[in-house]
Amino acid sequence: MKRYFTFLWDCFRLSFVGDWRYHLWMTALTLVALAGLYAYCQQLVHGLVTTGMTDQVSWGMYIANFTYLVGLAAAAAMLVIPVYVYRNLHLHDVVIFGELLAVSVILMCLLFVTVDLGRPDRFHHLLLRFNFPMSMLTWDVIALNGYLLLNLHICGYLIYCAYCGRRPAKKFYIPFVFVAIAWAISIHTVTAFLYVGLGGRPFWNSAIIAPRFLASAFAAGPAFIILTLQVVRRFTQHQVSDEALFTLRRIVQVALLINLFLLLCELFTEFYADTRHVASAQYLFLGLHGRHALVPWIWTAIAMNVVATTLFMLPASRALPTLNVACVLAIVGIWIEKGMGLIVPAFIPTPLGELVEYAPTLHETLICFGIWAFGLLVYTILVRVSVPVLAGQVTYAHRWGSPPPASPAAASPAFEKG
Amino acid sequence: MATPQNPPGAGGDVARPAEVSRRGFLTQGAAAAAGLAALAAALSPLRHLKEGDLPTAEEFLQKHYKEMSATERARVLARIQEQVRKRYGVTPQVNDPPPLDGVEFVYGLNISRCIGCRKCVHACVAENNPSRAPEIQYIRVLEMEKGSIDVETANHRYDASPVPRPDKWYMPVQCHQCANPPCVKVCPVEATWQEPDGITVIDYDWCIGCRYCEAACPYWARRFNFTEPQIQPDQLNPHLAYLSNRPRQKGVMEKCTFCLHRTRVGRLPACLEVCPTGSRKFGNVLDPSSEVHYILKYKRVFILKADVGTMPRFFYYFDERGSRYHDPLEGEGQATLGEGA
Repeated sequence: MKRYFTFLWDCFRLSFVGDWRYHLWMTALTLVALAGLYAYCQQLVHGLVTTGMTDQVSWGMYIANFTYLVGLAAAAAMLVIPVYVYRNLHLHDVVIFGELLAVSVILMCLLFVTVDLGRPDRFHHLLLRFNFPMSMLTWDVIALNGYLLLNLHICGYLIYCAYCGRRPAKKFYIPFVFVAIAWAISIHTVTAFLYVGLGGRPFWNSAIIAPRFLASAFAAGPAFIILTLQVVRRFTQHQVSDEALFTLRRIVQVALLINLFLLLCELFTEFYADTRHVASAQYLFLGLHGRHALVPWIWTAIAMNVVATTLFMLPASRALPTLNVACVLAIVGIWIEKGMGLIVPAFIPTPLGELVEYAPTLHETLICFGIWAFGLLVYTILVRVSVPVLAGQVTYAHRWGSPPPASPAAASPAFEKG
Repeated sequence: MATPQNPPGAGGDVARPAEVSRRGFLTQGAAAAAGLAALAAALSPLRHLKEGDLPTAEEFLQKHYKEMSATERARVLARIQEQVRKRYGVTPQVNDPPPLDGVEFVYGLNISRCIGCRKCVHACVAENNPSRAPEIQYIRVLEMEKGSIDVETANHRYDASPVPRPDKWYMPVQCHQCANPPCVKVCPVEATWQEPDGITVIDYDWCIGCRYCEAACPYWARRFNFTEPQIQPDQLNPHLAYLSNRPRQKGVMEKCTFCLHRTRVGRLPACLEVCPTGSRKFGNVLDPSSEVHYILKYKRVFILKADVGTMPRFFYYFDERGSRYHDPLEGEGQATLGEGA
C-alpha cells in the first residue's frame, strides 16, 4: 500500500517536470480549461439560457461533442485488437497510448454530459432511481463508466507493474483487455441507440446510425492516435515505429471507405424515397424553406471526408506529411458530420414542423473548449508520466529525483508489457 | 525523429536530480499562487448564486415522489407553501390530489369548430404558473393549410386577431398523455411517469434536466426551464398541486397535466373552460355516459401521428353538422373572437 502511494506521489511530481515547451503547453491548456470553468459557473448561475439551445433544438454542442468523443474513446479498441488478437508487434509498444487516450476522452464525455444537465446538483438521483433497462441513458452511464474503469485498470496495472519492476501477471489484465474490446464496441452502439430509439425523430430513427457511428469512430479515432503518436515520439524518448503508424493508416483507410459507403446508403434511402421524413436531411444538406445554417458545414465535412479518403487510399499517404494532412481532414470532417451533422438537424424541423435554427453561444463554445483543454491536459499528464515509468527510468527501486543509474541506456529497452 | 539523440523534451529531465533551490521554491510558490488566483477568478461567477439556487439539506435529501410517506409528503407540501409565500407574498394552497379510481381521462378537440383564437393558450398559462419571461406555453395552435394535415406546412406564428381565416383550419397541440409514452421510457431517473388516470406527470424536484424526454416527444409537448422562471406575484395562481402547477425551478422539465389539480376534483381543464367555440371536450373515457365516450363511438376521429405508436389520449374529431366549414364563408369577418398572440 505504501508503495502504491509512493507511485501516485511520483506520478504527481513527474507531471510537473518538463522543459519550457511542456510548461507553456500545460499553462495554456490550464488557462483554457479555467476559461471554460468560468463560463460553466455562469451557466450554473443563469441556467442553460446562456447556451444557444431552445425548446425547439434542445440538444446542441455539448451532446454533439459527447457523441464524437465516445467514438474517439471506442477507437482505442482499434489498437488493442491488432495487438492482442492478431499479435501485431508494431503496435505493441504503443497500445497503451490508445488506452490512456480512452481514459482521458471518457472523462471528457462525462463532463460534456454533466454540463448539459439542468440540475447537476441532483446527479445522485441516478443512483437512487436508476431507470434500467428502460432508459438508454442509463445503459450509457453503465457503458461509459465501465469502460473508464476497465481502461484505468489496464493502464494503471501495467504502469504500476513497470514502476515496481515486476512482470505484469497476464491473468490480471488480459481478461480485462478482451472485455474492454467488446465494451468499446458497446459504448458507441449504446450511444447510437440513445438517438436511434426515438420514434418521434425520423432523422435518428434509422438502423444505420450505429454502424455509421462505429465506422466514423474507427476512422477518426486511429487518425487522432496517428497524430498523437508522432507527438509522443517527438517529445519523449518513447520509440514509435513508422510501421505502427502505417498499420493504423490501413485501419483508417478501411473505416473511411465504410463510412462513406454508409453515408451513401443513408442519403439514397432518404432522398430517393423522398418521404416526409426527409425534412431534416433536406435541411442539413440543401436547406429547408430558406433556412440553411448547416449546409456549408455539412458540405465542408463531406469534402473533407472525401479528400481524406482519397489521400488515405493513395500511396502518397505513406509519406508522413501527407498522412498527417489526411488525418486532420478526417478528424475535423467527422467531428462536423457527427456534431453539427447528426445531433442538430434531428431537431429541425421540430415534430410540429417549426423551423428554429441553432447556433452555439460564446459561453457554450468556451465550455466546449474548456473541456477539450481539460481532456488534453489529462492526456498529456498520463503520457508524460507513463513514458518514463514504462521505460524503466522511474521505478520504486530507483525513484524519480534520485541520482541517475550507472548506465541510462540499459534502462531504455521497453518493458515487457504483454 | 525517433532517434535516441536525447530530445530536449520531458524524458530528458527524468534522470536529473531535483534541485530545490530557494529560487525554485519561490518560482513554484508564485506559480501555485497564480494558479489558485486563476481558479478563484474562474469560480467567481458563483457569487451571484441566489438563495434558493442551491438545494437546502432537506431538498437535497428529499425522496422521489413515489417513495415519500404520507408525513414526508405533508412536510414537503408545507415547505413548498412556505417557499411560495416567501417568494411571491401570497399564501397558496398546496394540494396533492390523488388519481380517482375507475377514471381514465381523454381529451377531444373538434377541428370543425376551432377558430385558432389562442384563448386556450393564454388560459393555460394563467392557470399553470409557468414562467412569463420567457413565457412557456404548453399549447401550440397550428394554422393549417386547407387540404393538408402536414404539420410542416403549418404556420406557428400566425396573427390571431382576425381569425379564423377562410382558407385555413386550426389544430391546437398539447401533451397527448400517451398510453405508450416515449418520454417516460427514456427518463434516466424516473422523474416522469404515467399516473393511473392516464396523466403523465413530472416530479419537478426529481428531474435532473437532461432533456431526453423533450427529444423523445413526437408532439413537442414538453418544455424546459432554461432559466429561473419569472412570475409576477399578482399573476400567480395560488391553487397549487405538487404534480402540476406549483412554481417550477430553473433547469427542470414541465408539461401539460390536463390541469390535474382541477380535473381530479371534478372541474374541467382551464383550456376547455375558456374555449369560446366549444371545440374542447374532456372526460372519463371509462364512463359510458361521458361526452368523450360518445364522440369516440360516433364521430369521425383521428389521432396525430398514429404511425409513431404512442396511443394518445388526446384526439381530434370532425362534426358533420355545425362545422364552420359548412357554414357560408361570408360571415367570416364577425368571428374575430381572437386576440393578439
